[in-house]
Amino acid sequence: MTDKTWISDNPIDKINASGPRVHWLVKRVLTSLAVLWAAYTLTFLILYILPSDPVTIMLNQGEQSTVDIAQVNALKALYHLDEPFYIQYAWSIWDLLHFDLGRSIVSGDPVTRLVLQALPPTLLLALCALTVAIIVGGGLAAGVSVLPAGRLKSAFLALPSLGAALPTFWLGLLLLQAFSFSHAWFPAMGNQGWQSLVLPTLTLAVPTAAMLAQVMNRSLAEVWRRPFIDALRLKGASTAHLLWRHVLPNAAIPLLTLTGMIFGHLLAGAVVTETIFSREGLGRLAQGAVSTQDIPVVQGVVLTAAIVFVLVNFVVDLLYPLLDPRLGSLSAGGGK
Amino acid sequence: MQEFSNTSLRTGSRLRRLVFPLLMASALTACDKPEAASASNKPAADTPHSGGTLLVAIDTDPNCLDPQQVGNNNSLNIGRQLTDSLTDQDPQTGKIVPWLATQWQVSDDNRSFSFTLRDGVTFSDGTPFNSQSVKDNLEAIVAMGARSSLASTYLKGLSSIETPDAKHVVIKFVQPNAQFLQATSTMSLGFFANSTVKATVDARCQGNLVGTGPFVLKTFVHNQKVDITRRQGYQWPSSLAQHRGDSYLDGIEYRVVPESGVRFGSLVSGQLDLNAGVTPQDEPLILAKKLPIIARTNPGLVYSLFPNQSMPLMADESVRKALNLAIDRAALQPILSRYQAPASSVLAKTTPLYQDLGSQLKYDPQAAENLLNKDGWVKGADGVRVKGGQRLRFTLTYWQSAPFIELVQQQLRKVGIDIQLDKAPIGQVIARQSSGSQEVEFYNLTRSDPDVLRTVFDAGPGGRNVNKRAANQIDSALQQSSQTLDNDKRQRLVSDAAKGLIADGDAIPLVELATVIATGNNVHGFRYDASSRFQLYDTWLSPKS
Repeated sequence: MTDKTWISDNPIDKINASGPRVHWLVKRVLTSLAVLWAAYTLTFLILYILPSDPVTIMLNQGEQSTVDIAQVNALKALYHLDEPFYIQYAWSIWDLLHFDLGRSIVSGDPVTRLVLQALPPTLLLALCALTVAIIVGGGLAAGVSVLPAGRLKSAFLALPSLGAALPTFWLGLLLLQAFSFSHAWFPAMGNQGWQSLVLPTLTLAVPTAAMLAQVMNRSLAEVWRRPFIDALRLKGASTAHLLWRHVLPNAAIPLLTLTGMIFGHLLAGAVVTETIFSREGLGRLAQGAVSTQDIPVVQGVVLTAAIVFVLVNFVVDLLYPLLDPRLGSLSAGGGK
Repeated sequence: MQEFSNTSLRTGSRLRRLVFPLLMASALTACDKPEAASASNKPAADTPHSGGTLLVAIDTDPNCLDPQQVGNNNSLNIGRQLTDSLTDQDPQTGKIVPWLATQWQVSDDNRSFSFTLRDGVTFSDGTPFNSQSVKDNLEAIVAMGARSSLASTYLKGLSSIETPDAKHVVIKFVQPNAQFLQATSTMSLGFFANSTVKATVDARCQGNLVGTGPFVLKTFVHNQKVDITRRQGYQWPSSLAQHRGDSYLDGIEYRVVPESGVRFGSLVSGQLDLNAGVTPQDEPLILAKKLPIIARTNPGLVYSLFPNQSMPLMADESVRKALNLAIDRAALQPILSRYQAPASSVLAKTTPLYQDLGSQLKYDPQAAENLLNKDGWVKGADGVRVKGGQRLRFTLTYWQSAPFIELVQQQLRKVGIDIQLDKAPIGQVIARQSSGSQEVEFYNLTRSDPDVLRTVFDAGPGGRNVNKRAANQIDSALQQSSQTLDNDKRQRLVSDAAKGLIADGDAIPLVELATVIATGNNVHGFRYDASSRFQLYDTWLSPKS
């Protein structure tokens, strides 16, 4: 890399610079555990203070039932729901430490099974949407960055804002209307086959692509303005060569930082997308569990989402050196 | 069309309501063939035949599939296909007819019920259904207690179950129990094999359900689908069934489709055969597509206001009576589904022993005003009545999709009663109701037996007494009605109780709930049972046009 003026303010550099790699890893794992604990505890707290309880909801699904209070109380005792907050919390943490996420209060299914069943379809959807978003959003931004200033460029620059403004709900229904109800090209619901993945992927990819393109636009514009680009251009490098070899790799670094956030955004978007397309997944599981205040399931989903989020960020941090060798050289303790 | 004139009242509905009708109208002209024409041109469509999988859209995850445990309609509509009951109930007459029991005798004191069981009935694992199966199942229900939200209440007061031989079973109760015979017709008291009875409640929820029914459970994926397939060699349908032998359908696939616009679009585009969650807004659109809508009023308690008389405001009899007089039920019709109707009693008209009490429910705002004036409730500057510093105002917490309640609010406001509406999630509503501090509750309760009145209103010991009122002659009518099977006597007692409950302002009936489904033109022989739940044994499919 010839760009010596680039000064990274990434925290890893500082950590890496301040101590050995092991120290960084330990610190990183501890912060991750703290994040997971905080997410778990916060969810527990919120569900606890809601003015209702899962047993009453379970026994009254659909309409008013005639179950008497004594029976409700017996069930509450069975699930330890009659215990004070700190006891319930202590039990829950104790079970968690034994890798036991408990059972759904509504259906009795083990939470681990529910979560493990729901996770793959959501991850698949999120990865597909991310891929499409990177190709479309990144491609759009790269294309726009080489366009000469003018009306066309302004129009393309406005596209991401439009994409980000589209409500996912509306977009999903519109796609269904056009490509499922009117023309039976893709199924309207379910998880079977690649066809059922197309419309949900598009629905989820559009806002993500818009978000990516917005960040890329700014990042690319900035890199194009760098002195070293002008220097390379004077040496006779073509625009295509500059874009692929120099501008995109440089512009991709801030994007990598964002990937963790984008992934969180995708997991959140899955709730709406999975609901519209009647897909099995973590989002639907969460939505159903929240509406029935099925505490163990909500806890399981939040914990799983938090683990995925933490892992993605962890991987992203490990990937930095690949994109920017200077970061790698720091952690390896030597220069290239 | 009259329904479209109501759109202004529904401006709060979501964006999709604007998107769908516009797009549908242009896009789906291919489905516009009139049903009458196709029926006369294709005689084949009139003859039931085997084959095909019925695709049913339900709105929420059934969570638990065991009909002995659950109380929600989606689960019960699945459970009904997996198991049979001792008896069946004719939806037209309310009469109890044979099913797995060929005949029965009820003792004179209505405490002992002896059933003669049908020969040759087996569970889908091949084990025989006999008197011991009945005993084991009912005892397991009692043991499940609260987990069995409906069935355990049907068996309250069970004292013993005797099995003199494999074909005979005698079920005895501590108290006379008139509701029990109807209860034996429900899927809540349907039967499962020993392997299921011995399984844990959780395993049963997840689908360890080996029944006697015409279908067997194949797969259950949460939030996704429930697949059931035909049972080969099924020979014991209810005496109400239209055919004998195996079910016509190869199987039924229940798909969880939470979004109503997607259910509607998928039905119209032929990706679904049956939409089990039709919203009132969908109805005119479905009818415009010439697709059949099948509706049935739910029997039991209609949507009503239930004043809590332990609260000072509702302890005032003139307030309760004024509430009843000030509601113009006929004026609610325009905002109801065309398949719903204003209430004409505290019982819905599909309930056995229902009697039209419309004369007690006449709209008379002047009488309401006079009553309140006489009682010292004076209209304040803002039109809300005040007495001794207290305003005639209360909050109604509810979760149901019941837009008519807003019109009721306006009607009551005219006579100076101020209701604050608070729509909240079901869990919160129930929690507030259980706290007992709600001035007025609002709900309905489905049950195809007039005993539903006793289960809700009985102020005697152990009764639920929704009004928290002191026991009076209504309770003796309720209790006696639960103890006699003599139709005329029971009719008189039920009517007395219903009249008394309305006259005292214990129940302010508003609207009858209806179950509304829509099907494709290829679906035939769909039936509701007496409790307005699905009976799909006779259902068959013709080729999609």
